Amino acid sequence: MLGLATAALAVAQAWLLATAISSAFLGGADAFALRSTLVALAAVLAARAGVSWAQESVARRCSAAVKSSLRMRLLRHVATQSPVLESRQGGGPSSGEVVALATRGLDALDAYFARYLPQLVLAGLVPLVVVACLATTDLVATLTVALTVPLIPLFMILIGSATERRRQRRWDALARLSGHFLDVVAGLPTLRVFGRSGAQLERLERVTDDYRRESMATLRVAFLSAFALELAATLSVALVAVGVALRLVDGLMDLRTGLFVLILAPEAYLPLRQLGASFHSSEEGLAAADQVFRIIEAPPARGAAEAPIDGSVRPVPDLSTAEIRIEGVTVRQPGRALYAPYRASLVLRPGEVVAVAGPSGAGKSTLIDVILGLRSADSGRVVVVTPDGRSAALSAFDRNAWHRRVGWVPQHPYCFPGTAAENVKLAAPDASDAAVREAMAAVGLADLDPATRLWEGGSGLSSGQRRRLGVARALLKDGDLLILDEPTAGLDAASETTVLAAIRAAARGRDRAVLLVAHRAAALAIADRIVTIVARPEESA
Amino acid sequence: MRTGLDHAGGVGPGGDPTRGAMSGLRALVRVAGFGRPVTGRLMLAVAAGVAASGAAIGLTATSAWLVSRAAERPPVLYLMVAVTAVRAFGISRGALRYGERLASHDAAFRVLSRLRGGVYARLERLAPAGLAEFRSGDLLSRLVDDVDGLADLWLRLLLPYLVAGIAAAGAVALIWFLVPAAALVLTATLLFVAFLVPVFTSNLANRGERRIAGARGELAAATLEILTGAPELLVAGAAEARLEEMAAIDRRLAGAEARTAAGSGLGSLLSGLATGVAVWLGLLAGIAAVRAGSVGGVALAVVVLTPIAVHESVAGLVPASQHLPGLAAMARRLLDVVSRPDPVAEPAIPEPLPQGPYGLRCRGLQARYRSDGPDALVLPDVDVRPGDRLLVTGPSGSGKSTFAAVLVRFLEPSSGSVELVGSDSSIDIRRLSGDDVRRVVCLCAQDPHIFDTSVAENVRLARPEATNEEVRAALAAAQLDGWIDSLPDGLSTLVGERGARLSGGQRQRLSLARALLTDAPIIVFDEPTEHLDEATASTLAADLLAATAGRAIVMITHRPELIDSATWTARVDLRGSGPEA
Repeated sequence: MLGLATAALAVAQAWLLATAISSAFLGGADAFALRSTLVALAAVLAARAGVSWAQESVARRCSAAVKSSLRMRLLRHVATQSPVLESRQGGGPSSGEVVALATRGLDALDAYFARYLPQLVLAGLVPLVVVACLATTDLVATLTVALTVPLIPLFMILIGSATERRRQRRWDALARLSGHFLDVVAGLPTLRVFGRSGAQLERLERVTDDYRRESMATLRVAFLSAFALELAATLSVALVAVGVALRLVDGLMDLRTGLFVLILAPEAYLPLRQLGASFHSSEEGLAAADQVFRIIEAPPARGAAEAPIDGSVRPVPDLSTAEIRIEGVTVRQPGRALYAPYRASLVLRPGEVVAVAGPSGAGKSTLIDVILGLRSADSGRVVVVTPDGRSAALSAFDRNAWHRRVGWVPQHPYCFPGTAAENVKLAAPDASDAAVREAMAAVGLADLDPATRLWEGGSGLSSGQRRRLGVARALLKDGDLLILDEPTAGLDAASETTVLAAIRAAARGRDRAVLLVAHRAAALAIADRIVTIVARPEESA
Repeated sequence: MRTGLDHAGGVGPGGDPTRGAMSGLRALVRVAGFGRPVTGRLMLAVAAGVAASGAAIGLTATSAWLVSRAAERPPVLYLMVAVTAVRAFGISRGALRYGERLASHDAAFRVLSRLRGGVYARLERLAPAGLAEFRSGDLLSRLVDDVDGLADLWLRLLLPYLVAGIAAAGAVALIWFLVPAAALVLTATLLFVAFLVPVFTSNLANRGERRIAGARGELAAATLEILTGAPELLVAGAAEARLEEMAAIDRRLAGAEARTAAGSGLGSLLSGLATGVAVWLGLLAGIAAVRAGSVGGVALAVVVLTPIAVHESVAGLVPASQHLPGLAAMARRLLDVVSRPDPVAEPAIPEPLPQGPYGLRCRGLQARYRSDGPDALVLPDVDVRPGDRLLVTGPSGSGKSTFAAVLVRFLEPSSGSVELVGSDSSIDIRRLSGDDVRRVVCLCAQDPHIFDTSVAENVRLARPEATNEEVRAALAAAQLDGWIDSLPDGLSTLVGERGARLSGGQRQRLSLARALLTDAPIIVFDEPTEHLDEATASTLAADLLAATAGRAIVMITHRPELIDSATWTARVDLRGSGPEA
């Protein structure tokens, strides 16, 4: 719509200008005689400015909407497909990258929507309208424009695609070059100690100059596409002008038509030239969107456990009577040539506390991720066996239904801004205040006011309090399986005793199966059984 | 030089914005001085740019004249000059623009080279005492980014303004010659676009940015939070609820962005309007002038159409000007660093080194990092004789590293003196050149910099003419030969950025190998066992002492228990007690 308006206004402007100039020049009209043309011209000029403004505003609005939609898809993906686990494995994006992408990174789309896309529309539309209008007045000029306009995108594609990648590599090399500069500046004290700092100055200038020479060779080719564009645009305008002049001399055309053609011809090239200029912003915008899509569309291969092959989802059996068997679970740690855990096997029964011990790096937290279905094992499996002897693999269950049965205290329990009570109720939002207080008292947090405000990352609490808050949260959740990852690390002896007693009570009193990762003797002492797991380097495995 | 884009448009830190802008401009002017050595190249770029813009404007003006004149149906011969000119402008413009691009990029690269060289030369005199707060990598890499970003000053700001200014002045002169009133109008609209519109749009952008900043910050915090808590939220079944809250924040951000949308197009609205005014008033003035007979009707089209071409070439200044605040902030940060006073005054005519063997004599030594700060170091009188092993201990903040800095002439003592004692004479180290002092007294710093190159190059920087055998011997003395032999690439193994592929102990040993390669008779170790676990630390300490047998060493550490106390010939505790023999 706005594109059409732009094209129409360009034609109107050319026509009104041509009329005014020719009648003032040849007809000797004064401003008063031309008043209606002048008023119309003022309106058209103002409208052109207005349309360009409207175009950019609308584009920005679209951009805001698109960014919002991309952002939420990104966040939903990272929150539910557990990319944090992926990044722990070394493959996924770091949380810093995701935050940057969700906030600043997507802003690169603004330029794409506000500059590139509108120009793309104009570049497709305006030349057509201009050629159509020219066709009614001057066939030769029409042909000149109609033949050269398609040449421009052709040139841009031919030259551009060949050189753009090389140019990009140059810019990347420049980044490495500034890496060298940074390295030298950071090492200045060391260089001075050895009296080498002066020698580096020459080297620095030489490296930069070498780089300049190489870059210029690339740029000489890269700028050819802009050169072809400019040449085609201006040369054809020049040809049109000369052709019009010669036909005017021969009396084959009147001045008004001649001026009209002269003013209108460059308008056909303007959007194309601006498109070339905004090519770069389009690339950056697309790169940002591409990054989002790469994250969203990445196969959740090693994140969540696979869905059942036949697509059937079984209901989770009653865990208060069933056994959970972990059979030979092995997980390959990407990038570390290590299996951790290596063939871990253990059985969890209702009412029993099983402690998992092992040196750090043995894969204790990884094993928990597997039991939680956040990560799949490379071999081995997790099976639930009901008293009637029927068994079902973990991967056959709906992950959310499984999670509803499990309480989990990670090594660093997550605290969000809100009150202590809200944090405890994370997994059981409908719990009563009394239940919250009871859970907190059970882990020795009776002194902590449930209305205490916590800030980001749980600041306002000591790390021991945060950990106990995490245990209270898991106790409050009405699950059948309780998994605790070093819940008493960093606690003083008295608090440790309280927390361990609460865990013990949760197993005995409520028939929960408890898996406890622990190092310390006090924690191991409450276990019914202790299972030690180990890691193995890949080659020896 | 894309780095410039990342900084541009950034809202500066708090404080009086007008004062900031002024000193920022002054800073830019001073930084612009770095371009002086390549003035010729820069002028070449300007000339090509002016010629290219001139060709574009000339094409419009001549073809307007040609078509008007042709309408009077003169003999074709009369038009030939104009026809040729139009064709020449049409062909040359693209070529000239091509030349301008090449010339300006070439000049920008040359400026970058000079700028880096100039800043480096300055930093070299400041490091490390004058750059104390740059020990953190972030600040340092920002400084380096600033230097690289400032190369854009010419490419993105100065050259476009110079080119557009000269070309526009030429066009105004042409129109002044035809219809003075139209030239006045054109001047006004051009100045409006070149200077007022940028100010207006950047103010608007800043206001929009402030409006968005709040919601953006909230979103960033919430994103980080949901990321760190994602697995637990998922298991707790609370992920959906958190996402709902995020969606609410996102809606607020999108809303704020949509509200700023109306402002973003104002730049193009205003420059569009300015073009319109120039054309319309030019037309009006032209018609009046033709009626009055002060100019031929043939010129009317020239007067009306030329402003369109001129404004097109000036419109690019609005985006160019958006780089100004970012560049000014970079220039300010950079000048703040390079205009610091030298931490050490080199003697005008340095004395020659005395004859060895060398010792040190410290008398009443005090030193401080900042001239207005308290003394960081108060040293009891102490002597280091050839082959001595001096232990310097003390809690953090007692001036241990300050002492090391004074010994290698990185820092001026605030009172007292350090003398280099030779066999024939002794001389205050302030009267020697710093490089000479450091040839005698070598420092193994607490955090030695490992360069992103090979192991051999990292060691060899201590003595570039050293042979591979000498490098290997130094590494062997530092007990690194076993490790080197286990590496597939041996001495040519790359150590990674900042020595990322080395362990803490290996870094210290590499630093020791450097010092051993220099033959410096006195070596100062500043906390070599920092950041190392106990077992590694005591092996390293023993190896250090063994490898430096025969040289005098000053060992600065807060873990003296790692080394047999019988080793020391003297010890200084910076808590205040004097040296004990």
